[in-house]
Amino acid sequence: MDAILIQILNGLDKGSAYALIALGLTLIFGTLGVVNFAHGALFMIGAFCAVTLQKILTLSVTTIDPERTDFLGNPMKVQTPYVENWFGPELGAAIIDWAVPLAILLAIPVMVLVGFVMERGLIKHFYKRPHADQILVTFGLAIVLQEVIKYFYGANPIPTPAPSAFKGSLDIGVWLGFDPYSIIYPYWRLVYFFFAGIIIAGVFAFLQFTTFGMVVRAGMADRETVGLLGIDIDKRFTLMFGLAAAVAGLAGVMYTPILSPNYHMGMDFLVLSFVVVVVGGMGSLPGAVLAGFLLGILQSFASMNEVKSLLPGIDQIIIYLVAIVILLTRPRGLMGRRGVMED
Amino acid sequence: MRRQNFSRRGLLRTGAIGGAGLALPTIFTSSASAFTNAPTGSAVTLGFNVPQTGAYADEGADELRAFELAVEHLNGGGDGGMLNTFSSKALDGTGIMGKKVEFVTGDTQTKSDAARASAQSMIQKDGAIMISGGSSSGVAVAVQGLCQEAGVIFMSGLTHSNDTTGKDRKANGFRHFFNAYMSAAALAPVLQNLYGTDRKAYHLTADYTWGWTQEESIAAATEAMGWQTTEKVRTPLGAGDFSSYIAPVLNSGADVLVLNHYGGDMVNSLTQAVQFGLRERQANGQDFQIVVPLYSELMARGAGSAIAGIPGSQNWDWKLEDEGTKAFVKSFGEKYGFPPSQAAHTCYVQTLLYADAVTRAGDFNPCAVVEALEGYEFDGLGNGPTLYRAEDHQCFKDVVVVKGAENPQDEFHLVEIVEVTPTEQVTYAPDHPMFAGGALGECNPGA
Repeated sequence: MDAILIQILNGLDKGSAYALIALGLTLIFGTLGVVNFAHGALFMIGAFCAVTLQKILTLSVTTIDPERTDFLGNPMKVQTPYVENWFGPELGAAIIDWAVPLAILLAIPVMVLVGFVMERGLIKHFYKRPHADQILVTFGLAIVLQEVIKYFYGANPIPTPAPSAFKGSLDIGVWLGFDPYSIIYPYWRLVYFFFAGIIIAGVFAFLQFTTFGMVVRAGMADRETVGLLGIDIDKRFTLMFGLAAAVAGLAGVMYTPILSPNYHMGMDFLVLSFVVVVVGGMGSLPGAVLAGFLLGILQSFASMNEVKSLLPGIDQIIIYLVAIVILLTRPRGLMGRRGVMED
Repeated sequence: MRRQNFSRRGLLRTGAIGGAGLALPTIFTSSASAFTNAPTGSAVTLGFNVPQTGAYADEGADELRAFELAVEHLNGGGDGGMLNTFSSKALDGTGIMGKKVEFVTGDTQTKSDAARASAQSMIQKDGAIMISGGSSSGVAVAVQGLCQEAGVIFMSGLTHSNDTTGKDRKANGFRHFFNAYMSAAALAPVLQNLYGTDRKAYHLTADYTWGWTQEESIAAATEAMGWQTTEKVRTPLGAGDFSSYIAPVLNSGADVLVLNHYGGDMVNSLTQAVQFGLRERQANGQDFQIVVPLYSELMARGAGSAIAGIPGSQNWDWKLEDEGTKAFVKSFGEKYGFPPSQAAHTCYVQTLLYADAVTRAGDFNPCAVVEALEGYEFDGLGNGPTLYRAEDHQCFKDVVVVKGAENPQDEFHLVEIVEVTPTEQVTYAPDHPMFAGGALGECNPGA
């Protein structure tokens, strides 16, 4: 029982990331009708917002300490971050320690801007083109973006730790009456799960309870009629692209302590997130979220030794197997609407 | 009267066949030279094939720095580095046999097919007479096989699988780096001293040739001293998030986690194991322990504080006190501003050993180089007295057992040397079962 609970918990953070990326993908597909293969790159750019802020906060002034020597026997060069000089050692160190959560403040405007430029500069020219063209151009864009990141940040993963306050783990087993240390879950993964929940709830509330959201939902259902009412739906959809980019970016920022960012992390998540969107049902926001968590947890279960001993290699293919089964039995996915991608 | 049937299609077909014949890679056809890529001008080209992307990109970048330094020293530049401490005095800073050393580089991408393609390109298009580098045994085995077919020497970089000089050994291939068996033989007595003989180990293993032989070696060595192996779990290379593999360790009954991972995988799996609180927990009435059989300073840097106190083994460490190490660290440190990694060291040494073998043989012919390296004993290159064993082309030398520093004085002192295990303790018979199933075969000059 405790092994099952561990794997459910374990699937939650991965599922959270899948759900957030798939949510953005579905928002873009539902509003603009574009299959955006560059969405994984937006997740990656978000992660590098955290790396960038960490680098900015650790920019240092170099002084020579004559009493210490370096590995060559020369006087030691000591690096002191500017923020520690400006705000004092304790506050400065705390600011650096909290670089990842603080990066959210940087990521929101950056990602909205990136999304806006991407949509106005390139993707809007492909609205009326076949989905195959959209996939090709956005996939090409994803490769360009990851090569740009590789050029500036290198190919290696960059450690981006969580604040020290969240470095430990929670003994959930004790709460549930199991032996101590039988069900352990790192604090930051819990933070990520709740963060994902807040973002998802925020997006749904925005679409459900604001006038802007109501217009967007109306546009998703019948774009032409909304246009005939004199509403500039294109402008609102462009803003939705920016919102989707911000969601992917925030998912990336907060994921950095779980997985050190590297330039191809977006591609790793993109393919799985697309499967999530298809399983959830193209164009269905609740479907994307449901499928994200479902597939994350299933993938986690497939990694259990008991399962792998019965079906070797199942952990690598479980998501695709589930996708095949669901698409055979429910061709529109779990919560897909009639008519979407069926013309 | 005979009619000649020339048609447009026939002409195109004939032209295509002729063109394809002319374009056939020269490595698969005979040439006028006695061996592949015999240097004819005033320069000789070496090919450095390293991972510039992927899980082992850190090691690859450092390997490339070391190769550049070795070429500089061979051509008489810089302070000469280990040329000054090398027991052989054949090299004099005038290149190799008077020919200036030039080099080309390739990206293995830590993928066997990409590594073979870039090695083939360096041999075929750039005329490389020797290939070196690599930070993955899967890549090393693949490129070693290609070099054997092509008739060039392969001086492997960081490859730790027993198979490289075991079942996949080749006459044209040579390994200076130690192997999984040696790691286990050096590490096991230290583990016994640290953690006793009553332990239950859980293995997470990178699912490719290196991981398999590392797991086999360390499991055999620890079982021989009384430890039990509870589970051996294979993980995909570059998995990123290892949490679903780490979580089952909690209730497995194990009290030691052995991470048979390297590079980015090891950084991620160790960091996540620590996040899951494994190091704070008790199991079977003992403190839970983590062991990383193959270690490096580069990985320690990526893992940060998670590495503190964790034991492992290295081929070499920049903090060793011998003259060769001091000379290399000085050259490398002054050029690049930080100490070299073990990946850099082995690549630098391999380049010098190749140049020295050619010079001693007086010939670039791969078969002459093989003869010069087989059974060669040398010193002054950072590992103490070393033998290139003729039977398997494996170097036998001391092994460094290390652990993560608890309170590192700076970012370069993340690893502490626990002991230097003498060569005798890590030496094995050429027909040891873990290395069985292969044969060197005949050297191939490629002509």
